[in-house]
Amino acid sequence: MPADVLYRVRNLSVDYNTRFGPLTAADRVSLDIHRGEVLGLVGESGCGKSTLGKALMRMVQPPGYITSGELWFDGQDLMTLSDRQMRDVRGRRIAMVFQDPMTSLNPVQSILDHITETILTHEKQTKIKDAEARAAELVDRLGITARRLDDYPHQLSGGMRQRVMISLALTLQADLVIADEATTSLDVIVEAQFLDMLRALRQEFNLTILLITHNIGVVAELSDRVAVMYAAKLVELGDVREVFGNPQHPYTQGLMKSVPNIKLQDYELYKMEGSPPDLIVPPAGCRFHPRCPHVMEICSQHEPGFLSHQPDHYTACWIYDPHDEALPRQAVTSDQA
Amino acid sequence: MNQTDNIIEVYNLKKYFPLRESFLDNLLSRERQYVRAVDGVSFSIRRGEVFGLVGESGSGKTTVGRLVLRLEEPTEGEILMDGVNLGQLGDKELRRERRRMQAIFQDPFASLNPRMTIGDGIGHGVRIHLIQDMIASGEINRGEVNTKVRAIVEDMMERVGLTPAGFLYDKFPHQLSGGQRQRAVIARALITTPELVLADEPIAMADVSVRVLLLDLMIRLQREFNLTYLYITHDLATAKYICERIAIMYLGRIVEIGALPKVYGKPLHPYTQALLEAVPVPDPEFRRQAPMPKGEIPDAINPPSGCRFHPRCPIARENCAADEPELRELEPGHFVACHYSEQFL
Repeated sequence: MPADVLYRVRNLSVDYNTRFGPLTAADRVSLDIHRGEVLGLVGESGCGKSTLGKALMRMVQPPGYITSGELWFDGQDLMTLSDRQMRDVRGRRIAMVFQDPMTSLNPVQSILDHITETILTHEKQTKIKDAEARAAELVDRLGITARRLDDYPHQLSGGMRQRVMISLALTLQADLVIADEATTSLDVIVEAQFLDMLRALRQEFNLTILLITHNIGVVAELSDRVAVMYAAKLVELGDVREVFGNPQHPYTQGLMKSVPNIKLQDYELYKMEGSPPDLIVPPAGCRFHPRCPHVMEICSQHEPGFLSHQPDHYTACWIYDPHDEALPRQAVTSDQA
Repeated sequence: MNQTDNIIEVYNLKKYFPLRESFLDNLLSRERQYVRAVDGVSFSIRRGEVFGLVGESGSGKTTVGRLVLRLEEPTEGEILMDGVNLGQLGDKELRRERRRMQAIFQDPFASLNPRMTIGDGIGHGVRIHLIQDMIASGEINRGEVNTKVRAIVEDMMERVGLTPAGFLYDKFPHQLSGGQRQRAVIARALITTPELVLADEPIAMADVSVRVLLLDLMIRLQREFNLTYLYITHDLATAKYICERIAIMYLGRIVEIGALPKVYGKPLHPYTQALLEAVPVPDPEFRRQAPMPKGEIPDAINPPSGCRFHPRCPIARENCAADEPELRELEPGHFVACHYSEQFL
């Protein structure tokens, strides 16, 4: 594994058992998260992006199960760890920030207690005094005055609660922060302040961030690379300027044309027909083929491989994969993603 | 203002919600506190336009919408519909006027009765409002009511894209997708042929691709039925694609109002400028450079004195803390409530 890869995910699949049969919410997903990068993960609701984020922390709860895959985090396959070892990875090495900080924070615990508890749980030797000093310093760094440390979550505004969540991720200097719709409940100005703060923090703490969101604008604002997910599969991955500026997959192309852009003088949006498929019985071949404006015969029969057609730009689409109509080759999952 | 042009006129509208008092507050006869959700708002909506009311959470935009529909009694101020003061109408007259207004809210699942089929849900208003008139006028007799209702409902379902209508008619809300549910809500709102539709975050719960389809549908229906929309949203980017005029709210007040291309092209209020700057653009080449105002919206119990934005305003001067600015027309049809906006003209 190259030194700049912090997290290498290979063929990760997650199933949920439902009344109507198993539903595959992440289907053989492979991707690398580079050290120090912000990787955006975008997709519409139900595409599996949150499931993928949880699976990276092995936090998928029944009726969901990781059915296959390797999770190489910093040279170690997390799938081989015991629950106890895994608990130490969570929080200390990988931290998660969720959409709704009100439900992630303990309502009867002060901000100070949240942070010191986090420190003391993972660092048994640290003295309470030192932990409190660290908490004060950190909270101050995030723009919350020290006198608010004794406040309870309900006394803080939404933006401040989300800062507290980030501070919990930073106290232990986690290598990877997974932010799942972390800005979605915030108002635009507060969201912009939060993005500014993340930008500053990533320099200072050398953070690696996986930014999971449906908001294309937030990803464009902060990410270095972006992965696009559709119906439990990755369909495109690459540099954010490349993927958003020159999208290859027809789904990404449609998505980019249908996102409102306040800076453009254009008042028309592209209408993508149809809706995402039922994941219990997904379409055969490429899952986007029933909605694809460029659909070919092979698309409904064989799944396209997730291949690099330009350096560091991966796409799962038959358009870019020369194939013999008579003898379509088997889909392959690239190992370099 | 030309009376006949405006379907709605709002003058100095206020809504104060009293805070819950404790026993101790009563005992010590402390002064009662109020959340000033809407605090002196005036605007008018022209017939046939899409009027946007935009603001962050807590700005009072939703309360204004509810006041206009008279779902809420104003603390102060007047709302005129076609020149008639809704506050002076009796219950019966108000109910008649209400037929001309309908609402679409954010969560279609919460708006639909889970135990009523889609068709029955949409047709409910038909049975209440239209059928009586039809029977009275002799257009149909009582025996034909069910067939007639079904025909009207299926026609409306076709128009909002709930197809095949005959098939979806007997489905329940949970059997539909989110986009279809919102279409059902739209169909139900339009079936009584309203003139004014309050749309409060109608697409906020939908995904990008569904949003576009819903926006497109709303615009098409507006032309087809000659509707006026009061469109309430926090999403400035999508507002651009539907609103013709727009009002920006901050802490219970309107800070700027005008034609959308004017307001977006040349925002005159520092708050509007910050708001527009803050919206993330789906293009990595356009990363925001401008700094954001510090802090968040203060609470509406004790709003700042003078201009409510002054503690966060980059161009605030001394008198901003004392003098509350009124809306001034700096360009034809473009109003702003700021003492120092001339510099942005």
